[in-house]
Amino acid sequence: MPEYAWPPAAERRLLGKRIARLDGPGKVTGTVKYTYDLQPEGMLHGRILHCPHAHARVRRLDVSRAEGMAGVRALRVIHPEGSEIRWAMDEVLYLAADSEQIAADALAAVVVEYEVLPHFVDAEDRDGAPETRDDEEEVVGDPAAALAGAAHRHVGEYGLPTVAHNCLEAHGQVCSWEGDELTAWCSTQAVSALPAQFAERLGVPAANVRVRTEVLGGGFGSKFSVDRWGIECAELARAAGRPVKLMLEREPELTIAGDRPSAYARVELAADAEGRLVGWSSESWGSGGLAGSGSPPLPYVFAVPDRRHRHVSVPTHVAGSRAWRAPNHPQACFITLAALEDLAAAAGLDPLELVRRNLHLTGRLERIYRDELEIADRLMGWSRRWRPRPARREVGRWADGPRRRGLGLSVHTWGGRGHRSNCALTLHPDGGVDVRIATQDLGTGTRTAVAIVAAETLGLPLAAVRVHLGDSRFPASGASGGSTTIGGVASSTRRAAQNLLEDLFRRVAPQLEAGADELEARDGRVGVAGDPDRSMPWKRAAALAGPSPLVATGANPGPGELTESGVGGVQMAEVTVDTETGVVRVEKMVAVQDCGLIVDLETAESQVYGGLIMGISTALAEEKVIDPVTGRMLNVDFESYKLAGIADVGELVVHMMTGPGYDDRGAIGLGEPPVISPGAAISNAVANALGVRVPYLPLTPDRVLAALEDAVRAPATAGGSGGSA
Amino acid sequence: MQPFDYAVPATAEQAVRLLGTRGAAGRPAVPVAGGSDLLALVKDGVLSPGRLVDLSGLDGLAEVAVVDDSLVLGALAPLADLAAHREVAARQPALARALSRVASPQIRHVGTLGGNLCQRPRCWYFRRGYGLLAQLDGVSMPVAGDNRYHAILGTGGAAGGPAYFVSPSTVAPLLVALGAEVRAAGPGGGRTVPLSSLYRVPRRPEEGEIALAPAEIVTHVVVPPARGARAASYEVRQRRSLDWSLATAAVVLRLDGERVEEARVVLGQVAPVPWRCEAAERWLVGRVLDAETMARAGEEAVAGAQPLSRNGYKVQLARTAVARALTAVLRGGAAATAPAPAPSGGAR
Repeated sequence: MPEYAWPPAAERRLLGKRIARLDGPGKVTGTVKYTYDLQPEGMLHGRILHCPHAHARVRRLDVSRAEGMAGVRALRVIHPEGSEIRWAMDEVLYLAADSEQIAADALAAVVVEYEVLPHFVDAEDRDGAPETRDDEEEVVGDPAAALAGAAHRHVGEYGLPTVAHNCLEAHGQVCSWEGDELTAWCSTQAVSALPAQFAERLGVPAANVRVRTEVLGGGFGSKFSVDRWGIECAELARAAGRPVKLMLEREPELTIAGDRPSAYARVELAADAEGRLVGWSSESWGSGGLAGSGSPPLPYVFAVPDRRHRHVSVPTHVAGSRAWRAPNHPQACFITLAALEDLAAAAGLDPLELVRRNLHLTGRLERIYRDELEIADRLMGWSRRWRPRPARREVGRWADGPRRRGLGLSVHTWGGRGHRSNCALTLHPDGGVDVRIATQDLGTGTRTAVAIVAAETLGLPLAAVRVHLGDSRFPASGASGGSTTIGGVASSTRRAAQNLLEDLFRRVAPQLEAGADELEARDGRVGVAGDPDRSMPWKRAAALAGPSPLVATGANPGPGELTESGVGGVQMAEVTVDTETGVVRVEKMVAVQDCGLIVDLETAESQVYGGLIMGISTALAEEKVIDPVTGRMLNVDFESYKLAGIADVGELVVHMMTGPGYDDRGAIGLGEPPVISPGAAISNAVANALGVRVPYLPLTPDRVLAALEDAVRAPATAGGSGGSA
Repeated sequence: MQPFDYAVPATAEQAVRLLGTRGAAGRPAVPVAGGSDLLALVKDGVLSPGRLVDLSGLDGLAEVAVVDDSLVLGALAPLADLAAHREVAARQPALARALSRVASPQIRHVGTLGGNLCQRPRCWYFRRGYGLLAQLDGVSMPVAGDNRYHAILGTGGAAGGPAYFVSPSTVAPLLVALGAEVRAAGPGGGRTVPLSSLYRVPRRPEEGEIALAPAEIVTHVVVPPARGARAASYEVRQRRSLDWSLATAAVVLRLDGERVEEARVVLGQVAPVPWRCEAAERWLVGRVLDAETMARAGEEAVAGAQPLSRNGYKVQLARTAVARALTAVLRGGAAATAPAPAPSGGAR
């Protein structure tokens, strides 16, 4: 058995280099097809009748006219007469027709009447909730005593709303049957997991279901399930005997295909005279919909010695939440790091200094944070440029114009150990290499990373390796969630490639008059390590291996330390706030991020840029606006659901940690970490600019102006800061 | 989306005729110019026209002419063309600037001046199909619901209405302040009216917010010569990328030295129509434009505001927009000049 390990830094030809994504050209030229693009022969168009009410009972449902229309091929009722609907845009029925127009006409021909029932959609108002679910209180030590006796104390309230995933490609699939065998092209993050989900609900063997995902247009954690629309699409196709395409339209996509739960919290936090955190107490509440919400991990990152936390989940008449990049971390990060910054202000400390004085509370990430803070400090010029907040009495009496600048910072963490993954390598007698792995490429660079690992290990140029993924008939690989993919596929591919070499070396060693364990593959040749005269071209070695292809497999987990868990990141933000209009501009963000061994520097940086942009967007603008009157989401298009555009994100500076202490931990996931901190860093920068905390995200003009107005009206108490005790 | 007829007339007369009769399934005909917003409204089922009368083939309605020192702007001219036009830039630089900031580059290249002035409100209740006045079982949805982007002026407050949407165009306030007129063609022939009278506050659901007669279309916008007046507008937008203005103020001043001789102040996105602020105008006339005067003009402009539950911040935005538009005028950056040679491609 080979010794499974990553090559030492000096020997890496491709690993960690800046390599352009392999999926780029096909996407730019349109030659790769998204699920949305597919049009198999004879395909029908599936459509859904959605209920516009957040809470209702179906009083009457008459589908006879719709069913009888020419071109309507199948119709399936989900909510028959008498059934209760508990969130807006829930599905009443599905149908499939020859054209989109016929499908739309058929939906219009359905007679449906609802008895509208009372709804509750505003989780912030937990006192008004018909039902709440209290989590068990978590207590460590004696927080009450620690808070009471501390030198510096701060009490604050913070909150952030539900946000949507905004996948550019909506949820959906194309389903096609041949006999009792189903092929489903799905926009999914879980190719290997879907066949069993389909099979169970369709009553066919899992082996009869093939799921394919060549590329997908965004998932962000919302595309792990086959979903009701997947099953219904397959059922419509089975009933009609023709392929059916069914993708969600934008309003249901934004309304029912998942959200990030809201979180509101009341926090009490204290430090000793040296600024070391001694006590924490928090109560949080929030909701992502009918299932309420899980508790954010509070306090975040810093294990304050004496602490208490309780969470109250508030179910609402809103479709359920789904994992949204780094579930619960952005909420916990914002609440904790905002409270920390407010405490620093109350104690008269630079927040960078306060964070540094508390790194002993971050466990094994201490050294990583210390390194990263130093780099971020340099890239932002923090130590040179940071100024204390303006005093409360100065708020609204700005001496130097209405626009104010501020700096803020945040830290975050994530796990990211590689998931279960299998990879198969085929070496053809002509030297060609195929890699097969059922994983999906979310646009994160998975395909590119697999190619890099295979080519690096086999000593071949990148172009010599063909990567096939996104097909459930390939060796199973985990769902792409929780930043587990890179560690999983990099490890399984590395082991498969090392196994292939072992087999190949054994077969060609006699020709080179050497032992198999003396051989190496590099620069397109197989030969005795350190003896260039005893080597042969890769192609010849492959031909010697025999008339039929060699196949090797690799799996994760497996022997050797190829992946790890636990990364740290530091972000700093610089903002300008217009105090007369409340408009916040992000001028610059610095992100310093660790992800263990970097496979592709370019796509790794790209992940961080993407995380920053998404984080800035949620900090400044994003919010699911649910109408109190109807319980229906109001901002269901990209005009009114405000996302940050390129002009809104400012200068982005990304620094990836590399070298000893980082590379040697193996490949660790990167999708979640960089999206966690922007809300906290930007809100802290706004507080630094204004001298007053805007307690809620997103930082829209109404919220910023309200916080300023409160401060001017009640200069001593506004902003939620209890000041120094 | 319901099936509709599609017609491409060559002349305004043909267009008017086609608009005057009903289309598919007896539903009314509506004109379409750039279509950047109308087609989305049709696809979303907010509008269900029986016929789309495509105006893009009409001759001569996309041009700019100077007649008796007035700018005569064809209603079908794309916003980007107008923003870059040398006569527009030279005679009405503030207008060129306002045009250059509309929506996004894509929309400015497709969207027309007439379409911008006649665009439908962005009210999210209207856009979700609850009608222009957004009433549900006798309840005003904007009053009872989420009104963060709704009107603070011209509504009579929560007890008034029934119209709470805001006039969406960011160009209209400046054109109204400049005293622009529109030429319209209809079944009864042509007419010329002040742009301000193109807008009305509807009292009943079937009454539209654009005061055109049935089958009438806007053919031109006529902007009178500045004759030394100086203009500026200021938009408060949350995002730099494609976004709607939260409040716009347009001011046109004639100054005698530092003293204001004449003033026009018009707000956008705060009322169902471009909102003329006569109190602010009266306040300004005869005064020297110092910081205090400008701030007070902002106060006067919003004096009658009656915000709803969530849109009080727009009072502050409108106030600020007025003061900043006045500051821009004072700085003279947007002063109109006599027609002068400009580099090709226009002064941008």
